[in-house]
Amino acid sequence: MPRPVRFNTKIKTIEKPEGYEGEGFFATNLDKVVGLARKKSIWPLPFATSCCGIEFMATMGSHYDLARFGSERVGFSPRQCDLLMVMGTIAKKMGPVLRQVYLQMAEPRWVIAVGACASSGGIFDTYSVLQGIDQIIPVDVYVPGCPPRPEAILDGFMKIQELVGKESLRRRTSEKYKALMESYGIQ
Amino acid sequence: MSPKNDIIKQKLQEKFGDQVCDFQETYGILSFETDKELNLKLIQFLYDDAELQFKFLTDLCAVHYPDQAERELAIVYHLHNLVENIRIRVKVYININHPNIYTATKLFEAANWMERETHDFYGINFIGHPNLKRILNVEEMDYFPMRKNYPLEDQTRIDKDDEMFGRGGNF
Repeated sequence: MPRPVRFNTKIKTIEKPEGYEGEGFFATNLDKVVGLARKKSIWPLPFATSCCGIEFMATMGSHYDLARFGSERVGFSPRQCDLLMVMGTIAKKMGPVLRQVYLQMAEPRWVIAVGACASSGGIFDTYSVLQGIDQIIPVDVYVPGCPPRPEAILDGFMKIQELVGKESLRRRTSEKYKALMESYGIQ
Repeated sequence: MSPKNDIIKQKLQEKFGDQVCDFQETYGILSFETDKELNLKLIQFLYDDAELQFKFLTDLCAVHYPDQAERELAIVYHLHNLVENIRIRVKVYININHPNIYTATKLFEAANWMERETHDFYGINFIGHPNLKRILNVEEMDYFPMRKNYPLEDQTRIDKDDEMFGRGGNF
Protein backbone atom coordinates (compact mmCIF):
# COMPACT_ATOMS: atom_id res chain seq x y z
CA MET A 1 0.00 0.00 0.00
CA PRO A 2 1.49 3.38 -0.93
CA ARG A 3 2.07 5.87 1.84
CA PRO A 4 -0.34 8.77 1.81
CA VAL A 5 1.27 11.98 0.66
CA ARG A 6 0.95 14.62 3.33
CA PHE A 7 1.27 18.21 2.30
CA ASN A 8 2.31 20.88 4.74
CA THR A 9 -0.70 23.14 4.79
CA LYS A 10 0.68 25.59 7.35
CA ILE A 11 2.88 27.52 4.94
CA LYS A 12 2.50 31.27 5.19
CA THR A 13 2.83 33.26 2.03
CA ILE A 14 3.06 37.00 1.52
CA GLU A 15 0.22 38.89 -0.10
CA LYS A 16 1.12 39.67 -3.66
CA PRO A 17 1.40 43.36 -4.46
CA GLU A 18 -1.25 45.25 -6.39
CA GLY A 19 -1.10 44.68 -10.12
CA TYR A 20 -2.67 43.34 -13.26
CA GLU A 21 -3.00 39.67 -13.64
CA GLY A 22 -3.91 37.48 -16.57
CA GLU A 23 -3.22 34.04 -17.75
CA GLY A 24 0.53 33.53 -17.54
CA PHE A 25 1.46 37.07 -16.58
CA PHE A 26 1.45 39.47 -13.69
CA ALA A 27 2.35 43.12 -13.97
CA THR A 28 3.14 45.46 -11.11
CA ASN A 29 5.46 48.28 -10.08
CA LEU A 30 9.17 47.55 -10.08
CA ASP A 31 9.36 49.35 -6.71
CA LYS A 32 7.09 46.79 -5.12
CA VAL A 33 8.86 43.73 -6.47
CA VAL A 34 12.27 45.07 -5.56
CA GLY A 35 11.03 46.09 -2.12
CA LEU A 36 9.55 42.64 -1.57
CA ALA A 37 12.77 40.93 -2.57
CA ARG A 38 14.96 43.26 -0.52
CA LYS A 39 12.99 43.13 2.67
CA LYS A 40 13.13 39.36 2.85
CA SER A 41 16.85 39.12 2.18
CA ILE A 42 18.45 41.73 4.41
CA TRP A 43 22.03 40.98 5.35
CA PRO A 44 22.66 42.51 8.75
CA LEU A 45 26.05 43.65 9.98
CA PRO A 46 26.15 43.37 13.77
CA PHE A 47 28.19 46.14 15.35
CA ALA A 48 27.98 44.88 18.92
CA THR A 49 29.94 46.60 21.67
CA SER A 50 28.20 45.55 24.87
CA CYS A 51 25.19 43.92 26.51
CA CYS A 52 22.76 44.66 23.65
CA GLY A 53 25.11 42.55 21.56
CA ILE A 54 24.49 39.63 23.92
CA GLU A 55 20.75 40.07 23.41
CA PHE A 56 21.36 40.06 19.69
CA MET A 57 23.16 36.72 20.01
CA ALA A 58 19.99 35.33 21.54
CA THR A 59 18.02 36.92 18.71
CA MET A 60 20.19 35.14 16.17
CA GLY A 61 20.00 31.84 18.03
CA SER A 62 17.53 29.06 17.39
CA HIS A 63 14.91 30.19 19.92
CA TYR A 64 14.16 33.63 18.50
CA ASP A 65 15.81 32.95 15.16
CA LEU A 66 16.40 36.07 13.10
CA ALA A 67 16.71 33.75 10.08
CA ARG A 68 12.92 33.48 9.96
CA PHE A 69 12.87 37.04 8.67
CA GLY A 70 15.10 36.34 5.71
CA SER A 71 18.36 37.21 7.42
CA GLU A 72 19.97 33.80 7.55
CA ARG A 73 23.26 35.29 6.53
CA VAL A 74 24.77 37.70 9.02
CA GLY A 75 27.64 39.36 7.24
CA PHE A 76 30.81 40.52 8.95
CA SER A 77 32.04 42.70 6.16
CA PRO A 78 30.33 46.07 5.72
CA ARG A 79 30.80 45.84 1.96
CA GLN A 80 28.39 42.91 1.76
CA CYS A 81 25.72 44.13 4.14
CA ASP A 82 22.53 46.14 3.87
CA LEU A 83 21.69 46.82 7.49
CA LEU A 84 24.04 48.16 10.13
CA MET A 85 22.86 47.05 13.56
CA VAL A 86 24.56 49.16 16.21
CA MET A 87 24.19 47.52 19.59
CA GLY A 88 25.80 48.97 22.66
CA THR A 89 27.63 51.97 24.02
CA ILE A 90 29.65 53.86 21.44
CA ALA A 91 32.50 55.75 23.06
CA LYS A 92 33.55 58.95 21.38
CA LYS A 93 36.77 57.29 20.38
CA MET A 94 34.75 54.56 18.64
CA GLY A 95 32.75 57.17 16.67
CA PRO A 96 35.10 57.50 13.68
CA VAL A 97 35.32 53.69 13.46
CA LEU A 98 31.54 53.35 13.30
CA ARG A 99 31.36 56.09 10.70
CA GLN A 100 34.01 54.36 8.62
CA VAL A 101 32.04 51.10 8.75
CA TYR A 102 28.93 52.96 7.61
CA LEU A 103 30.80 54.59 4.73
CA GLN A 104 32.09 51.21 3.59
CA MET A 105 28.56 49.89 3.15
CA ALA A 106 27.07 50.16 -0.32
CA GLU A 107 23.76 51.94 -0.99
CA PRO A 108 21.01 51.17 -0.26
CA ARG A 109 21.92 50.87 3.40
CA TRP A 110 19.90 51.06 6.59
CA VAL A 111 20.85 51.60 10.21
CA ILE A 112 19.16 50.41 13.37
CA ALA A 113 20.22 51.71 16.79
CA VAL A 114 19.53 48.97 19.34
CA GLY A 115 19.27 49.93 22.99
CA ALA A 116 19.39 53.12 25.01
CA CYS A 117 23.15 53.66 24.60
CA ALA A 118 23.24 53.53 20.82
CA SER A 119 20.07 55.64 20.64
CA SER A 120 20.92 58.38 23.13
CA GLY A 121 23.98 57.52 25.20
CA GLY A 122 21.71 55.86 27.76
CA ILE A 123 22.87 56.00 31.35
CA PHE A 124 26.33 57.04 30.21
CA ASP A 125 25.77 60.76 30.39
CA THR A 126 29.50 61.35 30.47
CA TYR A 127 32.28 63.10 28.62
CA SER A 128 33.68 59.97 26.98
CA VAL A 129 30.49 58.52 25.47
CA LEU A 130 28.80 59.50 22.24
CA GLN A 131 25.30 60.73 23.07
CA GLY A 132 23.52 58.72 20.41
CA ILE A 133 24.94 57.42 17.14
CA ASP A 134 22.67 59.78 15.19
CA GLN A 135 25.27 62.45 15.91
CA ILE A 136 27.55 60.83 13.34
CA ILE A 137 25.42 58.63 11.05
CA PRO A 138 21.73 58.72 10.02
CA VAL A 139 19.54 56.18 11.83
CA ASP A 140 16.36 54.56 10.46
CA VAL A 141 14.96 52.74 13.51
CA TYR A 142 15.61 53.11 17.23
CA VAL A 143 14.94 50.20 19.57
CA PRO A 144 14.41 51.27 23.18
CA GLY A 145 15.43 49.16 26.17
CA CYS A 146 18.43 48.61 28.39
CA PRO A 147 19.04 46.11 26.96
CA PRO A 148 15.97 45.42 24.79
CA ARG A 149 14.64 41.87 24.79
CA PRO A 150 15.09 39.80 21.62
CA GLU A 151 11.41 40.39 20.83
CA ALA A 152 12.07 44.12 20.81
CA ILE A 153 15.05 43.69 18.51
CA LEU A 154 12.89 41.57 16.19
CA ASP A 155 10.22 44.25 16.30
CA GLY A 156 12.79 46.85 15.32
CA PHE A 157 13.99 44.57 12.57
CA MET A 158 10.44 44.20 11.24
CA LYS A 159 10.10 47.98 11.26
CA ILE A 160 13.22 48.08 9.08
CA GLN A 161 11.66 45.49 6.78
CA GLU A 162 8.61 47.71 6.49
CA LEU A 163 10.79 50.67 5.52
CA VAL A 164 12.77 48.58 3.05
CA GLY A 165 9.63 47.17 1.47
CA LYS A 166 8.03 50.57 0.99
CA GLU A 167 11.08 52.47 -0.10
CA SER A 168 10.83 54.17 -3.48
CA LEU A 169 13.58 53.30 -5.93
CA ARG A 170 14.19 57.00 -6.40
CA ARG A 171 14.63 57.80 -2.72
CA ARG A 172 18.41 57.45 -2.66
CA THR A 173 18.87 59.90 -5.52
CA SER A 174 16.37 62.44 -4.19
CA GLU A 175 17.31 65.93 -3.07
CA LYS A 176 15.98 65.26 0.40
CA TYR A 177 18.20 62.23 0.86
CA LYS A 178 21.20 64.11 -0.48
CA ALA A 179 20.50 66.92 1.98
CA LEU A 180 20.34 64.37 4.80
CA MET A 181 23.70 62.91 3.79
CA GLU A 182 25.08 66.40 3.42
CA SER A 183 24.05 67.23 6.98
CA TYR A 184 26.25 64.35 8.14
CA GLY A 185 29.08 65.40 5.86
CA ILE A 186 28.74 62.32 3.65
CA GLN A 187 28.68 62.72 -0.15
CA MET B 1 52.51 51.10 62.67
CA SER B 2 53.67 47.61 61.95
CA PRO B 3 57.38 46.90 62.50
CA LYS B 4 58.14 46.61 58.78
CA ASN B 5 56.63 50.01 58.05
CA ASP B 6 58.51 51.43 61.03
CA ILE B 7 61.79 50.33 59.49
CA ILE B 8 60.88 51.85 56.14
CA LYS B 9 59.90 55.12 57.77
CA GLN B 10 63.11 55.21 59.78
CA LYS B 11 65.27 54.53 56.74
CA LEU B 12 63.53 57.24 54.73
CA GLN B 13 63.89 59.78 57.51
CA GLU B 14 67.58 58.96 57.93
CA LYS B 15 68.18 59.51 54.24
CA PHE B 16 65.86 62.43 53.45
CA GLY B 17 65.24 64.08 56.83
CA ASP B 18 62.48 66.72 56.72
CA GLN B 19 61.86 66.27 53.03
CA VAL B 20 59.62 63.30 53.71
CA CYS B 21 56.61 63.94 55.91
CA ASP B 22 52.98 63.14 56.69
CA PHE B 23 53.49 59.43 57.30
CA GLN B 24 50.22 57.52 57.51
CA GLU B 25 49.23 53.91 57.58
CA THR B 26 45.92 52.83 56.07
CA TYR B 27 45.00 49.17 55.75
CA GLY B 28 48.62 48.28 56.53
CA ILE B 29 50.01 50.32 53.65
CA LEU B 30 52.45 53.10 54.49
CA SER B 31 51.97 56.35 52.63
CA PHE B 32 53.89 59.59 52.87
CA GLU B 33 54.54 62.86 51.11
CA THR B 34 57.68 64.25 49.54
CA ASP B 35 58.85 67.27 47.54
CA LYS B 36 58.14 67.35 43.83
CA GLU B 37 61.84 67.73 42.95
CA LEU B 38 62.63 64.67 45.00
CA ASN B 39 60.28 62.16 43.45
CA LEU B 40 62.84 60.37 41.28
CA LYS B 41 65.60 60.35 43.89
CA LEU B 42 63.23 58.87 46.42
CA ILE B 43 61.89 56.19 44.12
CA GLN B 44 65.44 55.37 43.07
CA PHE B 45 66.44 55.02 46.72
CA LEU B 46 63.48 52.73 47.41
CA TYR B 47 64.53 50.67 44.39
CA ASP B 48 68.25 50.47 45.10
CA ASP B 49 68.30 49.93 48.85
CA ALA B 50 69.22 46.32 49.61
CA GLU B 51 66.58 46.04 52.32
CA LEU B 52 63.70 48.04 50.83
CA GLN B 53 63.71 46.61 47.29
CA PHE B 54 60.64 48.41 45.95
CA LYS B 55 61.24 47.25 42.40
CA PHE B 56 57.74 47.21 40.99
CA LEU B 57 55.55 50.18 40.05
CA THR B 58 51.99 48.98 40.60
CA ASP B 59 50.22 52.20 39.79
CA LEU B 60 50.75 55.85 39.08
CA CYS B 61 47.83 58.21 39.28
CA ALA B 62 46.74 61.67 40.32
CA VAL B 63 44.14 63.22 42.60
CA HIS B 64 42.65 66.68 42.35
CA TYR B 65 42.02 68.56 45.62
CA PRO B 66 40.50 71.85 44.47
CA ASP B 67 40.44 73.27 48.03
CA GLN B 68 44.15 72.96 48.74
CA ALA B 69 45.63 76.18 47.43
CA GLU B 70 49.01 75.88 45.67
CA ARG B 71 48.98 72.10 46.03
CA GLU B 72 45.85 71.08 44.19
CA LEU B 73 47.20 68.08 42.32
CA ALA B 74 48.60 65.02 44.05
CA ILE B 75 50.58 62.47 42.10
CA VAL B 76 50.61 59.09 43.75
CA TYR B 77 53.13 56.33 43.12
CA HIS B 78 52.18 52.85 44.32
CA LEU B 79 55.29 50.72 44.75
CA HIS B 80 55.56 47.06 45.60
CA ASN B 81 58.32 45.02 47.18
CA LEU B 82 57.77 41.67 45.51
CA VAL B 83 60.20 39.80 47.77
CA GLU B 84 58.56 40.67 51.08
CA ASN B 85 55.16 41.56 49.61
CA ILE B 86 55.07 45.07 51.05
CA ARG B 87 53.30 47.93 49.35
CA ILE B 88 53.94 51.64 49.76
CA ARG B 89 52.45 54.91 48.49
CA VAL B 90 54.46 58.01 47.66
CA LYS B 91 52.58 61.27 47.24
CA VAL B 92 53.81 64.44 45.61
CA TYR B 93 51.73 67.62 45.57
CA ILE B 94 52.05 70.21 42.83
CA ASN B 95 50.50 73.54 41.89
CA ILE B 96 47.73 73.25 39.29
CA ASN B 97 48.99 76.34 37.49
CA HIS B 98 52.43 74.78 36.99
CA PRO B 99 51.67 71.05 36.75
CA ASN B 100 55.22 69.98 35.95
CA ILE B 101 56.99 66.97 37.38
CA TYR B 102 59.87 64.77 36.26
CA THR B 103 58.93 61.57 34.48
CA ALA B 104 59.49 58.18 36.06
CA THR B 105 59.83 56.45 32.69
CA LYS B 106 63.59 56.31 33.05
CA LEU B 107 63.18 54.20 36.19
CA PHE B 108 60.15 52.13 35.26
CA GLU B 109 59.06 51.33 31.70
CA ALA B 110 55.58 50.75 33.12
CA ALA B 111 55.33 54.44 33.94
CA ASN B 112 55.04 55.31 30.25
CA TRP B 113 51.34 54.59 29.71
CA MET B 114 50.40 55.39 33.30
CA GLU B 115 51.86 58.87 32.93
CA ARG B 116 50.10 59.31 29.60
CA GLU B 117 46.82 58.41 31.30
CA THR B 118 47.51 60.80 34.17
CA HIS B 119 48.35 63.51 31.65
CA ASP B 120 45.17 62.69 29.72
CA PHE B 121 42.84 63.06 32.70
CA TYR B 122 44.60 65.63 34.92
CA GLY B 123 46.83 67.58 32.54
CA ILE B 124 50.04 66.88 34.36
CA ASN B 125 53.15 67.63 32.36
CA PHE B 126 55.71 64.89 32.89
CA ILE B 127 59.02 66.47 31.94
CA GLY B 128 61.14 64.12 29.82
CA HIS B 129 58.36 61.71 28.90
CA PRO B 130 59.09 60.21 25.45
CA ASN B 131 55.53 60.41 24.08
CA LEU B 132 53.28 62.56 26.23
CA LYS B 133 49.92 62.59 24.44
CA ARG B 134 46.37 61.46 25.21
CA ILE B 135 45.92 57.72 25.55
CA LEU B 136 42.27 57.01 26.40
CA ASN B 137 40.27 60.05 25.39
CA VAL B 138 39.74 61.39 21.90
CA GLU B 139 42.65 63.48 20.68
CA GLU B 140 40.40 66.46 19.94
CA MET B 141 39.49 66.82 23.63
CA ASP B 142 40.59 70.26 24.83
CA TYR B 143 40.33 69.85 28.59
CA PHE B 144 41.23 67.44 31.37
CA PRO B 145 38.01 65.68 32.36
CA MET B 146 38.94 64.41 35.83
CA ARG B 147 39.74 67.86 37.16
CA LYS B 148 36.87 68.84 39.39
CA ASN B 149 36.23 72.19 37.72
CA TYR B 150 34.83 70.35 34.69
CA PRO B 151 31.42 68.67 34.75
CA LEU B 152 31.23 64.92 34.34
CA GLU B 153 28.33 65.05 31.91
CA ASP B 154 28.63 65.46 28.19
CA GLN B 155 27.86 69.10 27.40
CA THR B 156 26.87 68.50 23.77
CA ARG B 157 23.67 66.84 24.81
CA ILE B 158 20.47 68.72 24.00
CA ASP B 159 17.76 66.05 24.12
CA LYS B 160 17.67 65.52 27.87
CA ASP B 161 15.76 67.70 30.29
CA ASP B 162 18.35 68.83 32.81
CA GLU B 163 15.99 68.71 35.75
CA MET B 164 14.74 65.22 34.98
CA PHE B 165 18.27 63.93 34.57
CA GLY B 166 19.72 65.48 37.70
CA ARG B 167 21.94 67.98 35.97
CA GLY B 168 21.70 71.43 37.47
CA GLY B 169 18.16 72.43 38.47
CA ASN B 170 16.48 71.49 41.72
CA PHE B 171 15.60 67.89 42.30
